[in-house]
Amino acid sequence: MNLESISKISATTGGLTRRIIACLDVRHGQVVKGVQFRNHRVVGDIVQLSQQYRDEGVDELVLYDITASPESRTVASDWVERVARVIDVPFCVAGGIRDLNQARQILNSGADKISINSPAIADPALITRLADEFGSQCVVVGIDSLRVDGQYRVKSLTGDPHATQDAGRATLPWIQQVQELGAGEIVLNCMNQDGVRSGYDVVQLAAARAICHVPLIASGGAGTYQHFAEVFQQSDVDGALAASVFHKSLIAIPELKSFLKRAGIRVRL
Amino acid sequence: MAFIDVAIIDTGGANINSLVFAFDRLNVTAQLTRDADLIRAAPRVVLPGVGAAAASMKRLSESGLDQLIPHLTQPVLGICLGMQLLFESSQEGSVKCLAIIPGTVEQMLSAPGLRIPHIGWNQTTVNAEHPIFDELPHQFFGYFVHSFAAPINEFTVGTCRHSRDFASIVTRDNFVGIQFHPERSADAGQQILRGFLSLGSTARV
Repeated sequence: MNLESISKISATTGGLTRRIIACLDVRHGQVVKGVQFRNHRVVGDIVQLSQQYRDEGVDELVLYDITASPESRTVASDWVERVARVIDVPFCVAGGIRDLNQARQILNSGADKISINSPAIADPALITRLADEFGSQCVVVGIDSLRVDGQYRVKSLTGDPHATQDAGRATLPWIQQVQELGAGEIVLNCMNQDGVRSGYDVVQLAAARAICHVPLIASGGAGTYQHFAEVFQQSDVDGALAASVFHKSLIAIPELKSFLKRAGIRVRL
Repeated sequence: MAFIDVAIIDTGGANINSLVFAFDRLNVTAQLTRDADLIRAAPRVVLPGVGAAAASMKRLSESGLDQLIPHLTQPVLGICLGMQLLFESSQEGSVKCLAIIPGTVEQMLSAPGLRIPHIGWNQTTVNAEHPIFDELPHQFFGYFVHSFAAPINEFTVGTCRHSRDFASIVTRDNFVGIQFHPERSADAGQQILRGFLSLGSTARV
Protein backbone atom coordinates (compact mmCIF):
# COMPACT_ATOMS: atom_id res chain seq x y z
CA MET A 1 0.00 0.00 0.00
CA ASN A 2 1.50 3.35 -0.96
CA LEU A 3 1.46 6.50 1.17
CA GLU A 4 -1.33 8.08 -0.81
CA SER A 5 -3.79 5.23 -0.25
CA ILE A 6 -2.96 5.08 3.47
CA SER A 7 -3.64 8.78 3.62
CA LYS A 8 -7.00 8.34 1.90
CA ILE A 9 -8.05 5.69 4.40
CA SER A 10 -7.10 7.80 7.41
CA ALA A 11 -8.95 10.73 5.89
CA THR A 12 -12.18 8.74 5.69
CA THR A 13 -12.00 6.84 8.97
CA GLY A 14 -11.56 9.92 11.11
CA GLY A 15 -9.71 10.19 14.39
CA LEU A 16 -7.66 12.78 16.23
CA THR A 17 -5.30 14.95 14.27
CA ARG A 18 -1.66 15.41 15.25
CA ARG A 19 -1.33 18.79 16.89
CA ILE A 20 1.01 21.59 15.85
CA ILE A 21 1.75 23.70 18.91
CA ALA A 22 3.47 27.07 18.98
CA CYS A 23 5.25 27.90 22.20
CA LEU A 24 5.63 31.50 23.22
CA ASP A 25 8.30 31.91 25.88
CA VAL A 26 7.22 34.92 27.88
CA ARG A 27 9.54 37.14 29.88
CA HIS A 28 8.21 40.26 31.57
CA GLY A 29 5.05 40.08 29.42
CA GLN A 30 6.85 39.81 26.05
CA VAL A 31 7.65 36.84 23.84
CA VAL A 32 11.35 35.91 23.86
CA LYS A 33 13.51 33.13 22.48
CA GLY A 34 16.97 31.96 23.47
CA VAL A 35 19.26 29.22 22.21
CA GLN A 36 19.51 26.17 24.46
CA PHE A 37 17.52 28.06 27.09
CA ARG A 38 20.03 30.95 27.20
CA ASN A 39 20.49 34.49 25.88
CA HIS A 40 16.82 35.41 25.54
CA ARG A 41 15.81 38.21 23.25
CA VAL A 42 12.43 39.80 22.56
CA VAL A 43 10.65 38.54 19.43
CA GLY A 44 7.21 40.14 19.73
CA ASP A 45 4.00 41.04 21.51
CA ILE A 46 2.17 38.20 23.18
CA VAL A 47 -1.40 38.93 22.04
CA GLN A 48 -0.35 39.86 18.50
CA LEU A 49 1.73 36.70 18.06
CA SER A 50 -1.01 34.49 19.57
CA GLN A 51 -3.55 35.91 17.14
CA GLN A 52 -1.17 35.51 14.20
CA TYR A 53 -0.55 31.83 14.97
CA ARG A 54 -4.26 31.21 15.45
CA ASP A 55 -4.95 32.77 12.02
CA GLU A 56 -2.26 30.59 10.45
CA GLY A 57 -3.97 27.46 11.79
CA VAL A 58 -1.95 26.53 14.87
CA ASP A 59 -3.79 23.84 16.88
CA GLU A 60 -2.73 25.02 20.30
CA LEU A 61 -0.57 27.59 22.05
CA VAL A 62 1.65 27.25 25.08
CA LEU A 63 2.46 30.47 26.90
CA TYR A 64 5.46 29.77 29.02
CA ASP A 65 6.58 32.36 31.58
CA ILE A 66 10.18 31.22 31.68
CA THR A 67 11.19 33.66 34.37
CA ALA A 68 8.46 32.70 36.80
CA SER A 69 10.08 29.78 38.58
CA PRO A 70 13.65 31.01 38.98
CA GLU A 71 12.46 34.36 40.28
CA SER A 72 9.94 32.64 42.57
CA ARG A 73 6.85 34.38 41.35
CA THR A 74 3.83 33.25 39.39
CA VAL A 75 2.62 34.32 35.96
CA ALA A 76 0.64 37.51 35.76
CA SER A 77 -2.95 36.59 34.90
CA ASP A 78 -3.62 39.93 33.18
CA TRP A 79 -1.85 38.83 30.01
CA VAL A 80 -3.55 35.44 30.26
CA GLU A 81 -6.89 37.19 30.09
CA ARG A 82 -5.75 39.46 27.27
CA VAL A 83 -4.86 36.37 25.23
CA ALA A 84 -8.08 34.54 26.22
CA ARG A 85 -10.20 37.43 24.98
CA VAL A 86 -8.89 37.12 21.42
CA ILE A 87 -7.92 33.45 21.05
CA ASP A 88 -10.38 30.69 20.05
CA VAL A 89 -8.02 27.73 20.00
CA PRO A 90 -6.89 25.98 23.19
CA PHE A 91 -3.96 27.41 25.11
CA CYS A 92 -1.90 26.33 28.06
CA VAL A 93 -0.11 28.54 30.57
CA ALA A 94 3.11 27.47 32.26
CA GLY A 95 5.48 29.01 34.73
CA GLY A 96 5.81 29.06 38.50
CA ILE A 97 2.37 27.63 39.35
CA ARG A 98 2.76 26.20 42.85
CA ASP A 99 -0.71 25.90 44.33
CA LEU A 100 -4.40 25.51 43.59
CA ASN A 101 -5.18 29.21 43.92
CA GLN A 102 -2.61 30.22 41.33
CA ALA A 103 -3.90 27.51 38.98
CA ARG A 104 -7.52 28.54 39.53
CA GLN A 105 -6.68 32.18 38.81
CA ILE A 106 -5.08 31.24 35.48
CA LEU A 107 -7.91 28.88 34.46
CA ASN A 108 -10.49 31.48 35.45
CA SER A 109 -8.64 34.02 33.32
CA GLY A 110 -9.48 31.83 30.33
CA ALA A 111 -6.60 29.35 29.95
CA ASP A 112 -7.56 25.76 29.07
CA LYS A 113 -4.66 24.05 30.78
CA ILE A 114 -1.91 24.79 33.22
CA SER A 115 1.53 23.27 32.93
CA ILE A 116 3.85 22.68 35.83
CA ASN A 117 7.51 21.78 35.73
CA SER A 118 9.94 22.77 38.52
CA PRO A 119 7.19 22.98 41.20
CA ALA A 120 6.16 19.39 40.36
CA ILE A 121 9.72 18.24 40.98
CA ALA A 122 9.82 20.06 44.32
CA ASP A 123 6.34 18.83 45.31
CA PRO A 124 5.07 15.89 43.19
CA ALA A 125 1.79 15.71 45.14
CA LEU A 126 0.92 19.07 43.60
CA ILE A 127 0.08 17.16 40.38
CA THR A 128 -2.54 15.11 42.24
CA ARG A 129 -4.02 18.12 44.02
CA LEU A 130 -4.41 19.95 40.71
CA ALA A 131 -5.89 16.90 38.94
CA ASP A 132 -8.38 16.31 41.76
CA GLU A 133 -9.48 19.94 41.72
CA PHE A 134 -9.61 20.71 38.01
CA GLY A 135 -9.47 17.32 36.26
CA SER A 136 -6.45 15.66 34.67
CA GLN A 137 -7.29 17.17 31.29
CA CYS A 138 -6.20 20.59 32.64
CA VAL A 139 -2.94 19.38 34.12
CA VAL A 140 0.12 19.26 31.90
CA VAL A 141 3.52 18.32 33.26
CA GLY A 142 6.50 19.79 31.45
CA ILE A 143 9.77 17.91 31.70
CA ASP A 144 13.13 19.35 30.70
CA SER A 145 15.36 16.43 29.88
CA LEU A 146 19.09 16.54 29.16
CA ARG A 147 21.07 13.61 27.80
CA VAL A 148 24.19 13.23 29.97
CA ASP A 149 26.57 10.34 29.25
CA GLY A 150 23.83 8.43 27.45
CA GLN A 151 21.37 8.88 30.34
CA TYR A 152 18.25 11.06 30.22
CA ARG A 153 18.19 13.34 33.28
CA VAL A 154 15.51 15.78 34.45
CA LYS A 155 16.59 19.39 34.90
CA SER A 156 14.78 21.99 36.95
CA LEU A 157 14.67 25.80 36.97
CA THR A 158 15.77 25.89 33.34
CA GLY A 159 14.44 29.41 32.71
CA ASP A 160 17.60 30.90 34.23
CA PRO A 161 20.95 29.32 33.25
CA HIS A 162 22.44 30.26 36.63
CA ALA A 163 19.62 28.58 38.56
CA THR A 164 19.32 25.42 36.43
CA GLN A 165 20.07 22.25 38.36
CA ASP A 166 19.83 18.50 38.08
CA ALA A 167 16.52 17.43 39.56
CA GLY A 168 17.98 14.19 40.91
CA ARG A 169 15.70 12.13 38.69
CA ALA A 170 16.01 10.07 35.55
CA THR A 171 13.53 11.13 32.85
CA LEU A 172 11.68 7.90 32.06
CA PRO A 173 10.81 6.95 35.68
CA TRP A 174 9.64 10.55 36.21
CA ILE A 175 7.34 10.25 33.17
CA GLN A 176 5.81 7.15 34.73
CA GLN A 177 5.45 8.77 38.12
CA VAL A 178 3.73 11.94 36.92
CA GLN A 179 1.12 9.85 35.06
CA GLU A 180 0.38 7.89 38.24
CA LEU A 181 0.02 11.18 40.10
CA GLY A 182 -2.61 12.43 37.62
CA ALA A 183 -0.87 14.28 34.79
CA GLY A 184 -3.19 14.52 31.79
CA GLU A 185 -0.51 15.40 29.26
CA ILE A 186 3.29 15.50 29.15
CA VAL A 187 5.49 17.93 27.26
CA LEU A 188 8.98 16.51 26.91
CA ASN A 189 11.55 19.23 26.21
CA CYS A 190 14.71 17.58 24.92
CA MET A 191 17.27 20.19 25.96
CA ASN A 192 20.18 18.96 23.82
CA GLN A 193 17.97 19.82 20.85
CA ASP A 194 16.44 23.06 22.07
CA GLY A 195 16.88 26.01 19.75
CA VAL A 196 19.51 24.32 17.55
CA ARG A 197 17.02 23.13 14.86
CA SER A 198 18.72 19.78 14.19
CA GLY A 199 15.55 17.71 14.60
CA TYR A 200 13.48 16.36 17.48
CA ASP A 201 15.10 13.72 19.67
CA VAL A 202 13.03 10.94 18.11
CA VAL A 203 14.87 8.21 20.03
CA GLN A 204 14.19 9.72 23.44
CA LEU A 205 10.61 10.59 22.47
CA ALA A 206 9.92 7.05 21.23
CA ALA A 207 11.24 5.70 24.54
CA ALA A 208 8.93 8.10 26.37
CA ARG A 209 5.98 7.17 24.11
CA ALA A 210 6.38 3.49 25.00
CA ILE A 211 5.60 4.24 28.66
CA CYS A 212 3.36 7.30 28.23
CA HIS A 213 -0.38 6.59 28.09
CA VAL A 214 -1.51 10.21 28.14
CA PRO A 215 -0.95 12.65 25.28
CA LEU A 216 2.76 13.25 24.71
CA ILE A 217 4.06 16.46 23.14
CA ALA A 218 7.52 16.67 21.56
CA SER A 219 9.55 19.79 22.21
CA GLY A 220 13.01 20.95 21.20
CA GLY A 221 14.85 20.71 17.90
CA ALA A 222 12.35 21.51 15.13
CA GLY A 223 14.17 22.99 12.14
CA THR A 224 12.55 21.67 8.98
CA TYR A 225 9.19 20.40 7.75
CA GLN A 226 10.66 16.92 7.63
CA HIS A 227 11.51 17.04 11.35
CA PHE A 228 7.80 17.30 12.16
CA ALA A 229 6.96 14.35 9.90
CA GLU A 230 9.74 12.30 11.50
CA VAL A 231 8.64 12.90 15.05
CA PHE A 232 5.05 11.91 14.29
CA GLN A 233 6.06 8.85 12.26
CA GLN A 234 8.96 7.64 14.40
CA SER A 235 7.92 8.66 17.92
CA ASP A 236 4.10 8.54 17.64
CA VAL A 237 3.72 11.75 19.64
CA ASP A 238 0.32 13.47 19.80
CA GLY A 239 1.70 16.91 19.17
CA ALA A 240 4.87 18.70 18.16
CA LEU A 241 5.81 21.98 19.76
CA ALA A 242 8.14 24.58 18.32
CA ALA A 243 9.03 28.20 18.88
CA SER A 244 11.94 29.72 16.96
CA VAL A 245 11.12 28.22 13.55
CA PHE A 246 7.70 29.84 13.77
CA HIS A 247 8.88 33.13 15.27
CA LYS A 248 11.57 33.50 12.60
CA SER A 249 9.16 32.45 9.81
CA LEU A 250 11.49 29.60 8.84
CA ILE A 251 8.43 27.36 8.84
CA ALA A 252 4.95 28.55 7.91
CA ILE A 253 2.16 26.66 9.66
CA PRO A 254 -0.17 26.33 6.61
CA GLU A 255 2.66 24.91 4.47
CA LEU A 256 3.73 22.64 7.33
CA LYS A 257 0.25 21.18 7.61
CA SER A 258 -0.04 20.64 3.85
CA PHE A 259 3.36 18.94 3.92
CA LEU A 260 2.29 16.63 6.76
CA LYS A 261 -0.97 15.78 5.02
CA ARG A 262 0.90 14.81 1.88
CA ALA A 263 3.09 12.58 4.06
CA GLY A 264 -0.07 10.75 5.20
CA ILE A 265 -0.23 12.38 8.63
CA ARG A 266 -3.65 13.43 9.84
CA VAL A 267 -3.79 17.17 10.52
CA ARG A 268 -6.45 19.86 10.81
CA LEU A 269 -6.53 21.95 7.66
CA MET B 1 -32.69 43.29 35.61
CA ALA B 2 -29.90 44.03 33.16
CA PHE B 3 -30.50 42.75 29.66
CA ILE B 4 -28.53 39.68 28.72
CA ASP B 5 -28.49 37.78 25.44
CA VAL B 6 -27.27 34.49 26.82
CA ALA B 7 -27.61 32.97 30.28
CA ILE B 8 -24.76 30.56 30.98
CA ILE B 9 -25.90 28.17 33.68
CA ASP B 10 -23.40 27.95 36.53
CA THR B 11 -22.63 24.27 36.96
CA GLY B 12 -19.45 24.94 38.96
CA GLY B 13 -15.95 24.44 37.66
CA ALA B 14 -13.32 26.85 36.43
CA ASN B 15 -12.70 28.25 32.95
CA ILE B 16 -16.17 29.51 32.06
CA ASN B 17 -14.64 32.83 31.04
CA SER B 18 -13.41 31.44 27.73
CA LEU B 19 -17.06 30.92 26.81
CA VAL B 20 -18.04 34.42 27.98
CA PHE B 21 -15.17 35.85 25.89
CA ALA B 22 -16.34 33.88 22.85
CA PHE B 23 -19.75 35.55 23.08
CA ASP B 24 -18.02 38.91 23.69
CA ARG B 25 -16.24 38.49 20.36
CA LEU B 26 -19.68 38.17 18.74
CA ASN B 27 -20.85 41.32 20.57
CA VAL B 28 -23.24 39.33 22.71
CA THR B 29 -23.71 39.71 26.44
CA ALA B 30 -23.44 36.43 28.28
CA GLN B 31 -23.77 36.04 32.02
CA LEU B 32 -22.97 33.17 34.33
CA THR B 33 -25.93 32.54 36.63
CA ARG B 34 -27.91 30.11 38.80
CA ASP B 35 -30.89 32.46 39.04
CA ALA B 36 -33.96 30.58 37.75
CA ASP B 37 -35.82 33.77 36.79
CA LEU B 38 -32.86 35.10 34.82
CA ILE B 39 -32.46 31.75 33.05
CA ARG B 40 -36.17 31.46 32.26
CA ALA B 41 -36.24 34.98 30.77
CA ALA B 42 -33.00 34.79 28.80
CA PRO B 43 -33.40 34.68 25.00
CA ARG B 44 -30.85 31.88 24.91
CA VAL B 45 -29.37 29.52 27.45
CA VAL B 46 -26.05 27.68 27.51
CA LEU B 47 -25.47 24.65 29.69
CA PRO B 48 -21.69 24.40 29.86
CA GLY B 49 -19.80 21.69 31.59
CA VAL B 50 -16.46 21.45 33.23
CA GLY B 51 -15.89 18.70 35.74
CA ALA B 52 -17.81 15.52 36.47
CA ALA B 53 -21.44 14.59 35.69
CA ALA B 54 -22.47 13.66 39.25
CA ALA B 55 -21.07 16.86 40.78
CA SER B 56 -22.73 19.01 38.13
CA MET B 57 -26.14 17.30 38.51
CA LYS B 58 -25.89 17.72 42.29
CA ARG B 59 -25.22 21.42 41.84
CA LEU B 60 -28.16 21.77 39.42
CA SER B 61 -30.57 19.93 41.72
CA GLU B 62 -29.52 21.98 44.76
CA SER B 63 -30.87 25.06 43.00
CA GLY B 64 -33.82 23.26 41.39
CA LEU B 65 -32.44 23.87 37.92
CA ASP B 66 -32.64 20.16 37.06
CA GLN B 67 -36.43 20.62 37.08
CA LEU B 68 -36.37 23.93 35.19
CA ILE B 69 -34.03 23.10 32.28
CA PRO B 70 -36.15 20.40 30.56
CA HIS B 71 -39.06 22.86 30.43
CA LEU B 72 -37.14 25.75 28.85
CA THR B 73 -38.58 26.77 25.48
CA GLN B 74 -35.86 29.11 24.16
CA PRO B 75 -32.78 27.73 22.34
CA VAL B 76 -30.60 25.81 24.80
CA LEU B 77 -27.04 24.79 23.92
CA GLY B 78 -25.31 22.08 25.96
CA ILE B 79 -21.53 22.05 25.55
CA CYS B 80 -19.24 19.11 26.40
CA LEU B 81 -20.43 17.80 29.78
CA GLY B 82 -23.46 20.07 29.33
CA MET B 83 -24.37 18.04 26.22
CA GLN B 84 -23.98 14.79 28.14
CA LEU B 85 -26.30 16.07 30.88
CA LEU B 86 -29.10 16.29 28.30
CA PHE B 87 -29.21 12.47 28.23
CA GLU B 88 -31.10 10.20 30.63
CA SER B 89 -28.07 9.12 32.61
CA SER B 90 -24.29 8.97 32.66
CA GLN B 91 -21.95 6.18 33.65
CA GLU B 92 -19.73 8.89 35.15
CA GLY B 93 -20.76 8.58 38.78
CA SER B 94 -23.82 6.49 37.72
CA VAL B 95 -26.01 9.57 37.82
CA LYS B 96 -29.47 10.34 36.46
CA CYS B 97 -29.33 13.36 34.18
CA LEU B 98 -31.90 15.68 32.59
CA ALA B 99 -33.53 13.03 30.35
CA ILE B 100 -34.24 15.40 27.47
CA ILE B 101 -32.62 12.94 25.07
CA PRO B 102 -32.89 9.18 25.62
CA GLY B 103 -29.83 7.04 26.25
CA THR B 104 -26.88 6.62 28.57
CA VAL B 105 -23.55 8.41 28.27
CA GLU B 106 -20.80 5.80 28.46
CA GLN B 107 -17.11 5.64 29.32
CA MET B 108 -14.97 5.74 26.18
CA LEU B 109 -12.89 2.64 25.60
CA SER B 110 -9.19 2.85 24.93
CA ALA B 111 -7.66 0.92 22.05
CA PRO B 112 -4.10 0.42 20.82
CA GLY B 113 -2.72 3.85 19.90
CA LEU B 114 -5.88 5.64 21.07
CA ARG B 115 -5.49 7.56 24.28
CA ILE B 116 -8.29 8.38 26.74
CA PRO B 117 -9.23 11.14 27.53
CA HIS B 118 -10.03 12.03 23.94
CA ILE B 119 -8.17 15.36 23.75
CA GLY B 120 -7.54 17.30 20.60
CA TRP B 121 -8.97 18.17 17.21
CA ASN B 122 -11.25 15.63 15.59
CA GLN B 123 -13.70 15.64 12.74
CA THR B 124 -17.46 15.77 13.02
CA THR B 125 -19.57 14.53 10.14
CA VAL B 126 -22.97 16.21 9.99
CA ASN B 127 -25.66 13.69 9.03
CA ALA B 128 -28.83 15.74 9.28
CA GLU B 129 -29.98 19.26 8.63
CA HIS B 130 -30.30 21.81 11.37
CA PRO B 131 -30.25 25.63 11.06
CA ILE B 132 -27.38 25.95 13.56
CA PHE B 133 -25.05 24.14 11.14
CA ASP B 134 -26.30 25.71 7.89
CA GLU B 135 -23.07 27.60 7.24
CA LEU B 136 -20.75 24.70 8.05
CA PRO B 137 -19.31 22.13 5.66
CA HIS B 138 -20.47 18.51 5.88
CA GLN B 139 -17.29 17.69 7.79
CA PHE B 140 -15.38 20.02 10.07
CA PHE B 141 -12.90 19.91 12.97
CA GLY B 142 -13.72 20.70 16.57
CA TYR B 143 -11.67 20.66 19.77
CA PHE B 144 -12.62 17.81 22.13
CA VAL B 145 -11.73 17.15 25.78
CA HIS B 146 -13.65 14.23 27.33
CA SER B 147 -13.56 10.64 28.60
CA PHE B 148 -17.28 9.82 28.34
CA ALA B 149 -19.31 9.88 25.14
CA ALA B 150 -22.95 9.92 24.06
CA PRO B 151 -24.61 7.09 22.11
CA ILE B 152 -25.84 7.53 18.54
CA ASN B 153 -29.63 7.54 18.23
CA GLU B 154 -32.46 9.25 16.37
CA PHE B 155 -31.50 12.63 17.89
CA THR B 156 -27.93 12.48 16.59
CA VAL B 157 -27.08 15.13 14.02
CA GLY B 158 -23.30 14.74 13.91
CA THR B 159 -20.91 11.91 14.66
CA CYS B 160 -17.24 11.63 15.48
CA ARG B 161 -14.86 8.69 15.85
CA HIS B 162 -12.32 7.83 18.51
CA SER B 163 -12.04 4.09 19.24
CA ARG B 164 -15.65 4.01 18.02
CA ASP B 165 -18.33 6.33 16.68
CA PHE B 166 -20.17 8.55 19.12
CA ALA B 167 -22.63 11.42 18.92
CA SER B 168 -20.80 14.75 18.72
CA ILE B 169 -23.94 16.80 17.95
CA VAL B 170 -27.48 16.07 19.13
CA THR B 171 -30.69 18.06 18.79
CA ARG B 172 -34.21 17.73 20.07
CA ASP B 173 -36.73 20.54 19.69
CA ASN B 174 -35.10 23.68 21.12
CA PHE B 175 -32.17 21.74 22.64
CA VAL B 176 -28.80 21.37 20.92
CA GLY B 177 -25.86 19.52 22.41
CA ILE B 178 -22.31 19.51 21.12
CA GLN B 179 -19.49 17.45 22.57
CA PHE B 180 -16.61 19.65 21.39
CA HIS B 181 -15.87 23.19 22.58
CA PRO B 182 -17.08 25.83 20.08
CA GLU B 183 -15.23 28.52 22.05
CA ARG B 184 -12.01 26.62 21.28
CA SER B 185 -12.80 25.39 17.76
CA ALA B 186 -11.58 28.39 15.74
CA ASP B 187 -13.74 29.37 12.73
CA ALA B 188 -16.03 26.32 12.86
CA GLY B 189 -16.78 26.97 16.53
CA GLN B 190 -17.51 30.61 15.90
CA GLN B 191 -19.86 29.62 13.07
CA ILE B 192 -21.77 27.32 15.44
CA LEU B 193 -22.15 30.04 18.05
CA ARG B 194 -23.42 32.39 15.31
CA GLY B 195 -25.87 29.69 14.23
CA PHE B 196 -27.05 29.29 17.81
CA LEU B 197 -27.55 33.05 18.13
CA SER B 198 -29.59 33.09 14.92
CA LEU B 199 -32.13 30.56 16.20
CA GLY B 200 -35.55 32.07 16.95
CA SER B 201 -36.19 32.64 20.63
CA THR B 202 -39.44 31.83 22.42
CA ALA B 203 -38.42 32.65 25.98
CA ARG B 204 -41.31 33.17 28.38
CA VAL B 205 -40.67 36.63 29.78
